[in-house]
Amino acid sequence: MTLAHLPALEVVVPLLAAPLAVLLRRSSLAWAIATAACAFSFAVALLLASEVSAHGPISYHLGSWPPPWGIEYRVDALSAFVLVLVSGIGTLTALYAWRSIAAELPRDQIYLYYALHCLCVAGLLGMTITGDAFNLFVFMEIASLSSYVLIALGRDRRALVAAYQYLILGTIGATFYVIGVGLLYLSTGTLNMDDLAARLPQAASPRAVLAALAFITVGVSLKLALFPLHLWLPNAYAYAPSAVTAFLAATATKVSVYVLLRFYFGIFGLELVAESLPMREILLVLSLVAIVTASLVALWQADLKRLFAYSSVAQIGYITLGISMASRDGLTAAVVHLFNHGVTKGALFLLVGGIALRAGSAGLECARGLGRTMPLTSLGIVIAGLSLIGVPGTAGFVSKWYLVLGAIEAGRWWLVAFVVATSLIAVAYVWRFVEAAYLSAPGGRTPEPGETPATMLVPAWILVAACVGFGLQTSWTVGGAQRAAALLLGGAP
Amino acid sequence: MNGAQLIAAALLVPAAGAAGIALAGRRPNLRESATLATAATLLVCVLGLLPLVLAGERPQLVLLEMLPGITLGFRLEPLGMLFALVASSLWIVNSVYSIGYMRGNNEPQQTRFYVCFALALAATMGIAFSANLLTLYLFYELLTLVTWPLVTHHGDGEARAGGRTYLGFLLGTSIVLLLPAIIVTWAFAGTLDFAPGGILRGAGLSNAALGGLLALYMFGIGKAALMPFHRWLPAAMVAPTPVSALLHAVAVVKAGVFTVLKVIVYVFGVETLAEVRAADWLPTVAGFTIIAASVVALRSDNLKRRLAYSTVSQLSYVVLAASLLAPLSVAAAALHIATHAVGKITLFFAAGAIYTASHKTEVSQLDGIGRRMPWTMGAFAIGALSLIGIPPTAGFLSKWMIFQGAAAAGHHAALAVLALSTLLNAAYFLPIVHAAFLREPRAGGGVHGEAPKPMLAALVLTALATLALPFVAAVPLALARAAAGIGT
Amino acid sequence: MSVLGHYSYWITVILMVAGLYIVIARGNLIKKLIGLSIFQTSVYLLYIAPGKLIGGTAPIVADGFKLYSNPLPHVLILTAIVVGVATLALGLAIVVRIREAYGAIEEDEILAADRDRGAGA
Repeated sequence: MTLAHLPALEVVVPLLAAPLAVLLRRSSLAWAIATAACAFSFAVALLLASEVSAHGPISYHLGSWPPPWGIEYRVDALSAFVLVLVSGIGTLTALYAWRSIAAELPRDQIYLYYALHCLCVAGLLGMTITGDAFNLFVFMEIASLSSYVLIALGRDRRALVAAYQYLILGTIGATFYVIGVGLLYLSTGTLNMDDLAARLPQAASPRAVLAALAFITVGVSLKLALFPLHLWLPNAYAYAPSAVTAFLAATATKVSVYVLLRFYFGIFGLELVAESLPMREILLVLSLVAIVTASLVALWQADLKRLFAYSSVAQIGYITLGISMASRDGLTAAVVHLFNHGVTKGALFLLVGGIALRAGSAGLECARGLGRTMPLTSLGIVIAGLSLIGVPGTAGFVSKWYLVLGAIEAGRWWLVAFVVATSLIAVAYVWRFVEAAYLSAPGGRTPEPGETPATMLVPAWILVAACVGFGLQTSWTVGGAQRAAALLLGGAP
Repeated sequence: MNGAQLIAAALLVPAAGAAGIALAGRRPNLRESATLATAATLLVCVLGLLPLVLAGERPQLVLLEMLPGITLGFRLEPLGMLFALVASSLWIVNSVYSIGYMRGNNEPQQTRFYVCFALALAATMGIAFSANLLTLYLFYELLTLVTWPLVTHHGDGEARAGGRTYLGFLLGTSIVLLLPAIIVTWAFAGTLDFAPGGILRGAGLSNAALGGLLALYMFGIGKAALMPFHRWLPAAMVAPTPVSALLHAVAVVKAGVFTVLKVIVYVFGVETLAEVRAADWLPTVAGFTIIAASVVALRSDNLKRRLAYSTVSQLSYVVLAASLLAPLSVAAAALHIATHAVGKITLFFAAGAIYTASHKTEVSQLDGIGRRMPWTMGAFAIGALSLIGIPPTAGFLSKWMIFQGAAAAGHHAALAVLALSTLLNAAYFLPIVHAAFLREPRAGGGVHGEAPKPMLAALVLTALATLALPFVAAVPLALARAAAGIGT
Repeated sequence: MSVLGHYSYWITVILMVAGLYIVIARGNLIKKLIGLSIFQTSVYLLYIAPGKLIGGTAPIVADGFKLYSNPLPHVLILTAIVVGVATLALGLAIVVRIREAYGAIEEDEILAADRDRGAGA
């Protein structure tokens, strides 16, 4: 009985944990509740994922109202994959926050952080699991509003400005999305995604559908920080508390990518997206520009958080590049990179948070000599950095492999050269850290920073280990991504 | 233990050894004992595999599925056996030498040095044993990364610049050229397993495309130092000499030419390449590298730089021999991996001994040094003779086979290149020997004797091995011939 | 007919563009939020106006009424209004904090303050 309600519990448990954390107020209790709720969601997500891979998609009818009248929760190969990512990262960052947030926030605000963390996790999980376009908007706003506050919690006053800018752009993005959904509703009279997909071909006015496509593309692109709509991201990541940066970098943009995939392939369909508007070409060009410019900008950053933030914009470019190929291998690359990059960036930001805690800031000059003073933190950043570059044996390599394979299959040899050549820029910016950490003498600070506390190091290293593990044994990630790609392209689930 | 267990052991021993060395970091004697014990255990594992391979067995080990259809797997064949044998046996000698060198020069960060060295050997074993291109590529990149801390060991500006060149060239070529080549191979052949006769026959690639793919491979394997991607090797000379000796004369560079051989023999297939004439350009590039690098070596006053360029030129011997596509020349190429290794490591050992004893680094400073360091310079002379290819040294053996192979292939230009390069080799090595023994020492050179005993023991041992190899050549020769597919 | 008949859409579009323009063109953080609210309000209209049928009544089943307005847009927009109010409240709260931290609510003054401190540090 309860097993049948797992899809609802996945979202409801973290959603209810948030007010509970506020009521309890004690920071340790709030931490325990948040961690337990996220861990519960993670366990449920794993269960759902195994259920989906064994028996196919799950459709859950909220309040037993059958779709298209009621809201449907739908878990398939793709959403199960994203659910695991979001809830897993959510659990690890909650664990990590115990020390990290205690050091960054006043004691009486800590319970608020955990409440917001739960809300954000619930929002992102809801966006992923729901099969209703308007319900998705509501969850999107839950996740966004809580993330604005989370960013504003940062100690630096610039965090407030970053949160404000993100609020403005995020709200514009969400409103664009809801305009698009409104146009779709006017054209078809339904909000259920499957129903939309079925009814769109008979829509009275194809022009309204195209307008909806444009609005939704722009709205979601703002949320996923597609170049040139990425301007909110570097500041937001740089000034938010470390745990928040790690969580948002690993999950928020990824869920938006997921929404884009859902709408492009699950609702509008490839014919409409590719043929009526030059969406693939636009996405391709924007991705290429994003990869080159953001990577180059990352090269010149003096702050590790900003450096990796710009690197995120570039890496999102690789994901959208895979989407623009719209082939089996391209989509596999996009989905697997969505997951792998989430894991990699999560690891990086968690470890950078350790540096920020010990050295007082995440400036590159604080990284000098860290190889000796914080050996495990530095080694972790190096390994996750290698995954960012895409060295074989790390998660990032797998994504690059499929991206190149997709380009070869499309016969675009210049794209092959582009993908491999731009990963060299990643080598350059990762090596800026490596040289600072291992070839520079410590900056003469007294006392010398010690190693990151174990409660922060362990969650970070779990993700570092995942970077290597998902690079060596890929049957789960690649298998899941391939099933998801087949699903999106309308093949067998 | 059976073959699979021995392969696993050969991979795990250096990796576990690295952990042990790291744990023993505070106690130098224990740490160095751990290094020696690890090296000895590794050699035992590799020697345990030798009779199996000689008997025609091909032990296998599959660990994980890296990508659907591509495993992280190992399969030992004669060529890999030869490479593993050379690297693991020279590691012991080099470890003894390292102890003398690192202590004699009071080097910093010695624990990191030994840890990275052990990891480099683990990566080398992975390359030697790999069953498919992806496994090989994985360990190939790993080798680059774990040797970077060794190259930048001194941590100063020069080391940083050298490290950047090193990493830039090696990662740059392997990511931009080698990786696409591997993915193209996968896309067309549907497999990456090394198979006798190659996997690209009938894969639907045109002759021109095959030629282009071969070029991607040959230049992508930056560790083989084909010009113009050779500059990382002189840059790597900022490392302590034991690193230059084992890694940049044996493990890393030989991993490069080993990969070249693997690709030519097991990915393209010698017959396929000969049929479609896709490799016709390769002897020219290799020949050019041989001559040009020799000329640069001739003009270098820095001893290690001269040795590095000599290595660049000798590596292209292997590529040239392999590119002639005659069975005999392929066997010669395989054998040259072994013979050049013992000769060149002796030369580097001698260079390091000279530096440790007298702090001299330039060729022009070496007048009369043979009188103070007779053992060192005697060993240097033997190594030099081997590289020139004068009997009865090891170098003669492989060079003679390369000549024979070139003659059999009817490639007259290659013969001319080989002859010219032999002259050049003599021209840049013999003056050093001449100056060391026959010139008067310059005034004010300071008083010094031989280098510390462990270094001396190591370099005398490798010099003796250079002399003895032709007389015990049955094993390497058998492996080389088996690799080339000549009557087993 | 067709131009004037779609007047609710025209109002929607005008509100939408006006709101967006204020967000982009104004440097005052409060005015930006007002613009944002106008922008969001336009969406409410976009949803609700087509739900009304001329002559339709509230969707309560009763004798004598055959024509009902579509209730779903109202429900959706109730949610959207809640979201909009929450966004506005949060935005204003952040502006209050910004004013506490910077003593200004003009965008260029705030950016200049950070630049000066960055240069001074």
